[in-house]
Amino acid sequence: MKIHEYQAREILSEYGVPIPRFEVVDDPGDARRVAEEIGRMVVVKAQVHVGGRGKAGGVKLAKTPDEAHAHATAILGMDIKGLTVERVMVADAVDIESEYYVGIVVDRATKMPVYMVSAAGGVDIEEVAATTPERIHKHPVDPDKGLSAAEAQELAGKLDTRSHVVRDIAVVIEKLYDAFTGSDASLAEINPLVVTPDEQVWAIDAKINIDDNALFRHPDIAAMRDPSGETDDLTRAREMGLSYIKLDGDVGCIVNGAGLAMTTMDVIKYYGGEPANFLDIGGSSSPEKMQTAIDIITSDSNVKSILINIFGGITRCDDVARGFVAALKERPVGLPIVVRLTGTNAVEAGRILAEHGMKSASTMDEAVEKAVELGRRQA
Amino acid sequence: MSIFLDEATRVCVQGITGRDGSFHTRAMVEYGTNVVAGVTPGKGGQEMDGIPVFDTVGEAVEATKANATIIFVPARFAANAAMEAVESGVKLVVVVSEGVPTLDVARIYKRAKELGVRMIGPNCPGIISPGKSKLGIMPGSIHSRGGIGVVSRSGTLTYEVVDSLGRAGMGQSTVIGIGGDPIIGTNFIDTLEAFEGDHETEAVVLIGEIGGTDEEQAAEFIKAKMTKPVVSFIAGRTAPPGKRMGHAGAIIAGGKGTAQEKMDALAAAGVPVADRPSEIPGLLKTALGR
Repeated sequence: MKIHEYQAREILSEYGVPIPRFEVVDDPGDARRVAEEIGRMVVVKAQVHVGGRGKAGGVKLAKTPDEAHAHATAILGMDIKGLTVERVMVADAVDIESEYYVGIVVDRATKMPVYMVSAAGGVDIEEVAATTPERIHKHPVDPDKGLSAAEAQELAGKLDTRSHVVRDIAVVIEKLYDAFTGSDASLAEINPLVVTPDEQVWAIDAKINIDDNALFRHPDIAAMRDPSGETDDLTRAREMGLSYIKLDGDVGCIVNGAGLAMTTMDVIKYYGGEPANFLDIGGSSSPEKMQTAIDIITSDSNVKSILINIFGGITRCDDVARGFVAALKERPVGLPIVVRLTGTNAVEAGRILAEHGMKSASTMDEAVEKAVELGRRQA
Repeated sequence: MSIFLDEATRVCVQGITGRDGSFHTRAMVEYGTNVVAGVTPGKGGQEMDGIPVFDTVGEAVEATKANATIIFVPARFAANAAMEAVESGVKLVVVVSEGVPTLDVARIYKRAKELGVRMIGPNCPGIISPGKSKLGIMPGSIHSRGGIGVVSRSGTLTYEVVDSLGRAGMGQSTVIGIGGDPIIGTNFIDTLEAFEGDHETEAVVLIGEIGGTDEEQAAEFIKAKMTKPVVSFIAGRTAPPGKRMGHAGAIIAGGKGTAQEKMDALAAAGVPVADRPSEIPGLLKTALGR
């Protein structure tokens, strides 16, 4: 789960990372008040879940409270990549002498958290990784032992040479690791971590992604979810335990399992069609889930045909067939539907479909080809 | 032979009295799996279909000499169950549970490695050596014994491929779903290495998907170490970047982990890549010179 920059700042503050004073406001008058309280140059930043806020004009420096008011007025309500800005952060804009990058990710290859530090801070770190990978120092961290003070000191030494600055950076490095493990993050980074001309160390911009699997033990973080960047369909799907992504094509598909769902999209493309979505109904298959899935798919006006592709394992085909039949009875769909049900309890599923004058396709290829063809005739 | 699992494997089921645990225990027993024990904390001393239930895996191992365990407990308890399993003395731990926190998995993996325990999963369908034993949730009926090894990051997509193999009369030595999470206990390379050393396995099907670079690393291993033919399928070539496609591991980030990169790496290692799962049997026949 992504959280906003100001939320990441709040988490880092709790763990003792030095963060310049800030407040989040939704009104230009409040932006002026915060700027007055800070009493020096501030930065006004849009809080939306997209990258490239600066380029879009969503980040501005203000020398005076009046200027902060003006910037907040301009940024609030602004559209950045389809998202409306509802909140801005007003933060003390500290003077910058040096900018560094410190971050931690869960690394698939070493199966450990890996610390990354770079003296090339303040710029897109993926750009640095692509062009000058030697400027990023990587250090795997033993998940049992955690990060020792000596390791933090060594990493800090890759960034600066002044001993007391190195010491202060090492403290941030340790605290960021504590925040990473303490909040079950999959990514935690400070970019830039700055040193001011008077040699103070501050975390200026922070990004934390939380491991969805661990949200159950962090109700406070789970409550930070901001669905404003989410369409109604997506919210509905998520609440029903469906994994849904809208795409631009016209063949709607409902599949069990992520790998098979992606494959179904690929095979639709192979037969000359375009998938309208990714939709994984997951391991179980209640009638309500099927109903929701069909509702979501049919609310997309691009959809010309629907393909249901189920390979039963944990999912029982008869459950899917019952849910599907019940869903159609409740709300008939005026689009061609192709069903392919195989695996656990497929025979019983076939009987249920037959009672309603329907028949399962025997293979995925057959089902996909038919769905693409029927969709084309609708067009 | 087969890899990691055969008829001699003595299986313990963690979460045996739960809804999923009991359902799949019955399916495993019906398939012929030698289930010797179950574990549900607080229900020690009871039985499930004549299988003795214990409070801890340690007790189950002590009493029944179980040497493998499969975990069906809910996500929030799964990490503790897996750590307990890894430290109980068994040699194989299959974690079916979905939604185990990643940092917990990192800690369990490390412990498993120290103790020489093989962990498969989490968030995986398990492993089956057809005609011998099944330690997982896959439908047993679609599998048949033979010489094709299958390794996959997916669940139902694996069934799709196995079904295609069956239709083409190609049985399997072992089929293993390694799981879709960012950190998993057993990866492609571990499995390829085992298939290479297994005399019943003649050829291998590797089923990958977008996200990470595991397939690229597998391609390097195949090029350097594998003498047996490998064919492949990669799911997600139509997936848009930056979106998580169901599996936590299936996300294309920063231009890395695309299907195309993986297909290119595999092709460069001499591995034919199918456009559709139904093409896999034909590619295998060609690779095996039949």
